[in-house]
Amino acid sequence: MNRMSSAPPTESHVTEDGRTIGPVLMELRNITLRFGGVVAIKDISFDIREGEIRAIIGPNGAGKSSMLNVISGFYRPSEGEVWFEGARRPAMRPYKVARQGIARTFQNIALFSGMSTLDNIMTGRITRMKSSLLSQALWWGPAEREESDHRAAVEKIIDFLEIQHIRKTPVGRLPYGLQKRVELGRALAAEPRLLLLDEPMAGMNVEEKEDMSRFILDVNDEFGTTIVLIEHDMGVVMDLSDRVVVMDYGRKIGDGPPEEVRASKDVIDAYLGVAHD
Amino acid sequence: MAAPGASAHDPCSIPALLARNVALYGDRPAYREKEFGIWQAWTWAEAADEIRAMALGFLALGMARGDHVAVIGRNRPAHYWAMVAAQMCGAVPVPLYQDAVAEEMAYVLEHCGARFVVCGDQEQVDKVIEIRDRAPGVEHVLYNDKRGMRKYDHSHLNWLHDIGEEGRAAHRRLEPELDARIAEQTWDTTCVMLYTSGTTGKPKGVVLSNRNIIETAKASVAFDHLGQDEEVLAYLPMAWVGDFIFSIGQAMVAGFCVNCPESPDTMMTDLREIGPTYFFAPPRIFETMLTSVMIRMEDAGDLKHALFRHFMDFAKGTGERFGMPRYRRKQSRPTLRRRVRWVYRYAMGIGFAIETLAENAVRGFFVRLRHPLEARKHYRARGPLLNLYPKPLRDYFDYRTGEVLIYGPLKNTLGLSRIRVAYTAGEAIGPEIFDFYRSLGINLKQLYGQTEASVFITQQPDGQVRSDTVGVPSPGVEVKIGETGEVFYRSPGTFVEYYKNPESTASTKDAEGWVATGDAGFFEEASGHLRIIDRAKDVGRMADGALFAPKYVENKLKFFPDILEAVVFGAGREICTAFINIDLTAVGNWAERNNIAYASYQELAGHPRVLETIKSHVEEVNRSLAEDEMLSGCQVRRFLVLHKELDADDGELTRTRKVRRRIIEEKYADLVAALYDGSAEKYTETEVTYEDGRKGRIRATLKIRDARSFPAEFPRKVAAE
Repeated sequence: MNRMSSAPPTESHVTEDGRTIGPVLMELRNITLRFGGVVAIKDISFDIREGEIRAIIGPNGAGKSSMLNVISGFYRPSEGEVWFEGARRPAMRPYKVARQGIARTFQNIALFSGMSTLDNIMTGRITRMKSSLLSQALWWGPAEREESDHRAAVEKIIDFLEIQHIRKTPVGRLPYGLQKRVELGRALAAEPRLLLLDEPMAGMNVEEKEDMSRFILDVNDEFGTTIVLIEHDMGVVMDLSDRVVVMDYGRKIGDGPPEEVRASKDVIDAYLGVAHD
Repeated sequence: MAAPGASAHDPCSIPALLARNVALYGDRPAYREKEFGIWQAWTWAEAADEIRAMALGFLALGMARGDHVAVIGRNRPAHYWAMVAAQMCGAVPVPLYQDAVAEEMAYVLEHCGARFVVCGDQEQVDKVIEIRDRAPGVEHVLYNDKRGMRKYDHSHLNWLHDIGEEGRAAHRRLEPELDARIAEQTWDTTCVMLYTSGTTGKPKGVVLSNRNIIETAKASVAFDHLGQDEEVLAYLPMAWVGDFIFSIGQAMVAGFCVNCPESPDTMMTDLREIGPTYFFAPPRIFETMLTSVMIRMEDAGDLKHALFRHFMDFAKGTGERFGMPRYRRKQSRPTLRRRVRWVYRYAMGIGFAIETLAENAVRGFFVRLRHPLEARKHYRARGPLLNLYPKPLRDYFDYRTGEVLIYGPLKNTLGLSRIRVAYTAGEAIGPEIFDFYRSLGINLKQLYGQTEASVFITQQPDGQVRSDTVGVPSPGVEVKIGETGEVFYRSPGTFVEYYKNPESTASTKDAEGWVATGDAGFFEEASGHLRIIDRAKDVGRMADGALFAPKYVENKLKFFPDILEAVVFGAGREICTAFINIDLTAVGNWAERNNIAYASYQELAGHPRVLETIKSHVEEVNRSLAEDEMLSGCQVRRFLVLHKELDADDGELTRTRKVRRRIIEEKYADLVAALYDGSAEKYTETEVTYEDGRKGRIRATLKIRDARSFPAEFPRKVAAE
């Protein structure tokens, strides 16, 4: 599938396979991130457009996960600005970022292993719950109706991800591939505008990877969710993404459609390990 | 049995039965499906409304009389509705196996010339699009699940729901036409066309008329006293005649509710939630359930384990007597005769109990007189001295205790608590498996049937159930045994013809309507039950002239939980040999317990200790075969464990999971040769088809083992003979 997008960067356009890529949703301007003396990210700028699948790739320690943490608001950049929906995002706590419509999955699965799949995905709805803690505890008034609405939304996700058979199974008992899928479900439950996936396919076998790729494409397609993903499997990245950012040692060394990036000399050098000066 | 076209008021088509059910049971549930975690239900009235809308929509698309409408998908109410809606339009529904690869689908679509294809989801639509050039007759593709379909070219593609809406919108214009088409239906209108999977050759389209389906359904509903409050779970492939009879034929005739599972993976959970009262499963399902119970019992604590063992042993002798549900259901008003019979039976029961108690007391008294010293001891031990009659009351209460502690919870876990009638068919079922379910008090019975007969040829009446027979001829069915031992039948359910295949029709069905089953069997003189030996064409002779019945031996092998599938060779040969497939669940569990590490199916299958276990199973089978007068020559002398599971995608099994003997023999010719040339191992390469249609190769070196055989010795005969 050719997912190349070669249209001008400001207006929305339609890709060859019929998806609409809108205007810029998030823009990162000159982001630098330091931990003491260590510079994790060095002056990186790129944008994420509405409805696209944006990949961040790079060798180990390139700063990919740090970048994701900056986007999700977990790290505050030492320098630079994050623009979201056309406005500069002030420094805010991660839960407030989540309320803005940014959800993520984790590189190491971070589910509540004693809780069922259903309950885990239900936790993804928390940002959307309005009734007070008291009325929820008493199961009274609007809380009752609200919960059934949320349950309906969660069931739609369960149906979408085809995990009906593990609805009531504690996630700790599930195989790795399914846990990853539940985690995706939990992120989806927040109905995000921007979905961040940190190595969604790490440690999976070929079949699980194929399933996961299909789900990522379907999420993008059905819900129009903008997706940023970090991935090591080059085949997956090239197939899935519309545009790719390549990082190495905290710097951006490439940005563009997969074909262009693949041909770039800097990228090849970074991956094949040319001696750095 | 209603005479053909006996009454003008008798509904003689599925749409007519639907209208009757709406009038009779309008607001009772007709269909349920689990969706979004909840059982969604449709009453007869609602379902009829949906079906009608769909039929109107089909008319709007230009469905003509006699068109073929292929239906491909898992069991969902909308798919059943599409079939009935097609019948309303005078078209013929043709359900297909949803796991069929594109090749198989192309053949069937081309052969029946389907103009309409109803697909379950994107996967099926993709297959139809892939084979479009080979099935040029396909004009409209309809899909039920919208997911992923947005970007497709919709010029010939429609969402089933949209079709219904269009039908509703156009109802004024189209209703007269639809009513006229429904009214046209007669007993001889084609009800459905089903493709047989066939162990040899291309599938054949079996044409079944309304008479076939409805009369068979009526007779079988009466046979088991099925009523409108029955619950069934529709989970068997829709292309299989069994599912059509149960989920459409019998459901429409009896008016009971058809429940569709949420997804194939949730079948067992859904089974438990629905608790069907009427259940049908091939032996494989019962085997899988039993294996899972046994594996879980291994993990249970000592007390539970001991209780389980104790009560299961106890149930073996007593379940048949005390466990079975009341066979006869409450019927409208008991006749005087039946009341008298009940009173008589209860009186006999009480009389029997009193008599036994009295007899025991009297015997005990005299024994105590004669042997005062030992009596006490013997009385405790119920030893041979007293020779007391087994205690019916005590057994009864023991069984009730077991019911509370073991049988009830176990049945509940399996989802079989409410079963009144369960059937198994298609293959022979292991006697231990059969007895296990029966001793739990599950009324599991066997039937024998085929697509050409609209399922029913013989079935077991309540109270006459055994594991080694397939029962007496079903109501209205005549059965005879041909000179060669082949079973023939004639029934109201006998198919009309094979579609576009008069030669096959003529060779299967003679002028008088007798149909050859292709199975060899005989009637037991004492009970009048039919016993099936094997496929007639598989029964052969060995080089020394001894009878060779591969299926019989294979079934004996397959009754071991470790063995999933077996293929026995030996026709025209000196000795018998076998291919064995291990059961990954059972053997994998065993390996885990015995600290045997394995990375793949292939590695486990080649493990020396697994081979030893299989060898002991083979020898056990040989020992039992040695006692068989006719088949002692079929002892398996050499065997190998295959490195891959036999699979329908590779053409080795039919879609109903029957072994395709010829194809396997050809495909693994090198291995068969190795079995006979005495070599100890053999290197082989096999082509396999993955589920997405790609091909790959598996390489393996297989060890061939010899198994001990036993000299033929027959149990001594009774002196009188």
